[in-house]
Amino acid sequence: MADLAATRLSDKEDDFRPAGGLQLAARQLLRNPAATIGFAVLTLMVLAAIFAPLISPHNPIQIKLSAKLQPPSAVYWLGTDHFGRDVVSRLIYGARVSLSVGLLVILFSFSLGVPIGVLSGYVGGRLDATLMRLVDAFLTFPPLLLAVAIVGLLGPDIQNVMIALGVVQAPVLARLVRASTLAAREETYVTAVRALGASPTRIIVGHVLRNVLSPIVVQLTIGFSAAVVSEASLSFLGLGTQPPQPSWGRDLAEARRFMTDAPWLFLAPTLTIMLAVLSINFVGDGLRDALDPRSWVTRRRATQEADD
Amino acid sequence: MALLEVENLRTRFATDRGVVRAVDGVSFTLEQGEVLGLVGESGSGKSVTSLSLMRLIREPPGKIEADKLVFDGVDLLKASESTMSSLRGGKMAMIFQDPMRSLNPVLTVGRQLTETLRRHLRLDGDAARRRAIELLEMVGIPLAEKRLNSYPHQFSGGMRQRVMIAIALSCNPRLLIADEATTALDVTIQAQIVDLVKRLTRDLGTAVIWISHDLGLVAGLCNRVNVMYAGRIAETGSVRDVFYRPSHGYTVGLIGCTPRVDRVGAPLTLIEGRPPDLIRPISLCPFLPRCAVAIDACNKTMPAMNTIEAGHAARCHADLSVFHQKGAA
Repeated sequence: MADLAATRLSDKEDDFRPAGGLQLAARQLLRNPAATIGFAVLTLMVLAAIFAPLISPHNPIQIKLSAKLQPPSAVYWLGTDHFGRDVVSRLIYGARVSLSVGLLVILFSFSLGVPIGVLSGYVGGRLDATLMRLVDAFLTFPPLLLAVAIVGLLGPDIQNVMIALGVVQAPVLARLVRASTLAAREETYVTAVRALGASPTRIIVGHVLRNVLSPIVVQLTIGFSAAVVSEASLSFLGLGTQPPQPSWGRDLAEARRFMTDAPWLFLAPTLTIMLAVLSINFVGDGLRDALDPRSWVTRRRATQEADD
Repeated sequence: MALLEVENLRTRFATDRGVVRAVDGVSFTLEQGEVLGLVGESGSGKSVTSLSLMRLIREPPGKIEADKLVFDGVDLLKASESTMSSLRGGKMAMIFQDPMRSLNPVLTVGRQLTETLRRHLRLDGDAARRRAIELLEMVGIPLAEKRLNSYPHQFSGGMRQRVMIAIALSCNPRLLIADEATTALDVTIQAQIVDLVKRLTRDLGTAVIWISHDLGLVAGLCNRVNVMYAGRIAETGSVRDVFYRPSHGYTVGLIGCTPRVDRVGAPLTLIEGRPPDLIRPISLCPFLPRCAVAIDACNKTMPAMNTIEAGHAARCHADLSVFHQKGAA
């Protein structure tokens, strides 16, 4: 009942204060507890990565063999690795690599995959056929193998890992966007907007793209998670982050040798990766709902029906 | 000069099975402030005609041809896509059948209204907003100001159609095309929308092409009617001429299968059969296989457009004066 009163109150707010769609969507996002928590966790992680030199208790790459493989203690909160390096500090510095890989990879695949998908779906015809065969060609490779091949060509380096993972992910996104665009293109409101004199660019950006945003956001959050994990795999193969630079994936790969002797060593990066991936998925889910005004009411109705 | 002149409009679609002649030789003119009804069953070419007028047919697979297609002094066949863009929503606007789907679900109603205002009238944010509120009030949406922030799903079907009408009328178009605009609505809402359109055409002098298969509605709203069949105009005339003195077998059939409150209990007739396949070339009257009043001549030659009286013509061989209501007002 209290919940209902709260939603009614905020309804009134919506009614009398002019609010843009963006504001309404943001308000909706914050109404979702999982998304709010995910957003908070991610913010903390990003802040930690930015201010790493200020907050990490130890130097993440300084070798101190006298303190190797120590269990968690007051000095080393999460213990030390086989070179005596502080795990907490390595996680904090590792966030720089892992988070920027995740972010840049989805940026890259977004800026490559979305235009290809939208053009292909909206324009159709020969352009569609050409672009999609190209996309198909990329999709035939096993994703990790393609990434390995690209990094192999460009040289082992973290930037190249981002490019490779972006190239691997873009075709998947392009396919998804094309499919959603094909469906959106045939909607009556697209014809209606054309009948009102909107230019093709305006229709694509303002109407079609806006309507396929939800699946894109979901795919991007999956892509973020996949990028963090793939970076780990590539670093494990020696193609990504080079030692002694810390990255969550690298550290996890190294820790597997000490699984029985020093379980904190692999638990720490594992749980951190898990937390990051979970948070981004929560935010993604929240965004998907917040971006679709139709789902706002469903929730409101659900509360009302439960009350009635 | 007439607002819209259409002469021998032909719209075809290339399909895997062959060329579909969806509209085949339609001619009519529309004066300013005139309300023209376009009636006929599904597939008779009503919608394709209206989409062709706005050049909203995808080319290819479609192809629009005409001897003359002039709107407000602009040759629509030669107009560039950008000229068309500025006409659409500006001087010519369209309302679609399904109000539940003709608004973008993820944008607020205010945004969709102001978008058109900004584009065609170059209004800035505040002015567009004020005009949008005016428009919503004009079409009878209560609390217009706060409704600007509502999304389409927060409106009922009738309300959405009002919003569509508000958007269509936002830039004071010279021509409004309503394609089955009230078909998806219940009768009371339908009556309100019709009243609204009547009032607006009277106040703003907008010409309207009203597409419908509801003859009663057309009779109450329109000045003139074009009855379409198989992509052609079967009969054209004033509402009174066409309904009281139908001169085409198809019109007679259509009127016969319309229920009327003043004839409760009278049997409704049926038009047996189905409309012709528009891929096949048509050499005789396309309605012949279904016609109840066909005569010998119908099996021999294609009927030409015969003038029955001034402003009333039909493409029919048969003499249908037995169906005419004498002295009907």
